[in-house]
Amino acid sequence: MPSLFTLAFKLLVNDRAKFAALIVGLTFSVFLMVQMLSMFSGILLRASSTVLNTGASIWVMDPAVTTVANSIPMPDYVLDAVRSINGVKFAVPFYSGGALVKLADGTYQSVNVIGLDDASLFGRLPLVAGHIEDIYSDNAFIVVRDAEYNKLERPTVGTVFEINDHRSVVVGLAKAPISGLFGIPTLYTIFTRAIVYIPNPRFTLSYVLVEPKSVDRIPQIQAEVAHLGYRALTAKQFVRHITHFYVYQTGLGTNILIMTAISFLVGLSISGQTFYTFILENLERFGALKAIGAKARDLVHVILFQAFLTSLTGYGLGVGLCALLIALAKVRLPDYSSIITYTNLIFAFVMVLIIAGISSYVGIRKVIQLEPFDIFRG
Amino acid sequence: MKWFGEGPTRTDAIRGVSLDAYFGEMLYIIGPSGSGKTTLLSILSGILRPSGGTVIVQDREIWRLDDDQLAEFRLHTLGFVFQDYHLFPRLTTVENVAIPLILRRRPWAQAMETAFQFLKIVGLESRADLPPVKLSGGEQQRVAIARAIVAEPDILIFDEPTASLDGETGRRIVEFIRTKILSPARCIVIVTHDPRIAEFADRTIAMEDGRITGIVERAARAE
Repeated sequence: MPSLFTLAFKLLVNDRAKFAALIVGLTFSVFLMVQMLSMFSGILLRASSTVLNTGASIWVMDPAVTTVANSIPMPDYVLDAVRSINGVKFAVPFYSGGALVKLADGTYQSVNVIGLDDASLFGRLPLVAGHIEDIYSDNAFIVVRDAEYNKLERPTVGTVFEINDHRSVVVGLAKAPISGLFGIPTLYTIFTRAIVYIPNPRFTLSYVLVEPKSVDRIPQIQAEVAHLGYRALTAKQFVRHITHFYVYQTGLGTNILIMTAISFLVGLSISGQTFYTFILENLERFGALKAIGAKARDLVHVILFQAFLTSLTGYGLGVGLCALLIALAKVRLPDYSSIITYTNLIFAFVMVLIIAGISSYVGIRKVIQLEPFDIFRG
Repeated sequence: MKWFGEGPTRTDAIRGVSLDAYFGEMLYIIGPSGSGKTTLLSILSGILRPSGGTVIVQDREIWRLDDDQLAEFRLHTLGFVFQDYHLFPRLTTVENVAIPLILRRRPWAQAMETAFQFLKIVGLESRADLPPVKLSGGEQQRVAIARAIVAEPDILIFDEPTASLDGETGRRIVEFIRTKILSPARCIVIVTHDPRIAEFADRTIAMEDGRITGIVERAARAE
């Protein structure tokens, strides 16, 4: 490290009270920002869990669908029409709906029921117990062993309960990479059974899952589906569509944005004020340095180094604290939906750099304007 | 010359001042408050740009230099001892002394080693690791002197070196400067209005109302 930066480091850390105030302020600010963004990311990820867990390339749906949970049933001919599109390798029906499970103690539990194509079982999850072929036996359901699994009183293979007053038998337990958003367990069965167990309007087809022959056929498939009066979205587009809905149409995005902005301002005000006081207290000495022969850019380097050192330390501690709290929360609350993404980290990093920039700008202006002559004048 | 402000608010700080300073001499600038001695000192040391006139140091006209060149000039040619010392309270004594070397981009360890040697010269090696606030006024003055001479500048500038010291300590400090710091290759300029240290000057320039009102040589004063 150049000796000028060693000097800057010592000037900063030897003023323990101010250094601690800067670090605490920035850590707290980063923690709040990352926590808010992580919570939001967790919510968005879980909102798209069905799309991500199923793994289909293209989802065909009613154009009014906003999230995967609020499907609008389509007539059966849509499946045939999609299958007949040139460029479609295969297309299968997909059902998603809600039901009530009557537990052994007589209480009811809401569940999400997924109906997979009877022939291919496309979109099924890997099993951790049972055999997949048993899904064709009478009344068979597979329970997803996710964060909500305990709400069904930890069923095992062979457990019997009622779904919408129909007898149901658990024939397997599946593992889902991502749990759902709404805190209710998920059951899988075949499409034809799902539409029998759950009361439906005239149409029963929630989605059509499509696999194209090649990726470059997707735009053409989307155009032909649109011509039918429906919408075909790739999995990525569907996730973005769901994200867009939660961000812009639920108020969730606005609230998170406000909270993030408040966290930013908290960090900025603590860091800016403390840093400014730090510069003011050392202003005469900075003037003395200028008189001795320090160039303005030397002093700018000193201040920038100090600002960025505190910011990066605060950033590291804030992210670490956030990760620790999320990990602890997940031990106690398995369905706690927070996830630290690279985007969150980059966003918080940019914010903390802005805080450092603004905080140091005030000090830099003061030091640049400082006339060493003032030191002689006293 | 140097004036501040324009038009009716213009104040002439110094006017028609011309003087020479030589290596190996201790030059005093004395005068009452507002006489222009600090302004003169600032102009001589490349800190305050004059409104007119020039300053030539070692055949170099310093006010033709740009800001960065002036900073380089001050760093490599001048050493400063400020009235209030302006030591960094959060640094140790030796770190304070090493600052001019650090500004010259010397490696940290090397700068500390050299600074320690200069602390020995001013007799404060035992205080090297203490912060300046733990030192007496006289000791702080000596730390400031060590800082001024650590880069071995040709010219030393002292602004009221005894202003914050009692009479005896002030005398001892200036005697120390005279006997230990002054050398044939070094010029020392001291701004003061302390008559108690007058005996140590080679020449004394008296100022009043921005003008030089008299120059007293050491020999003449001795008579």
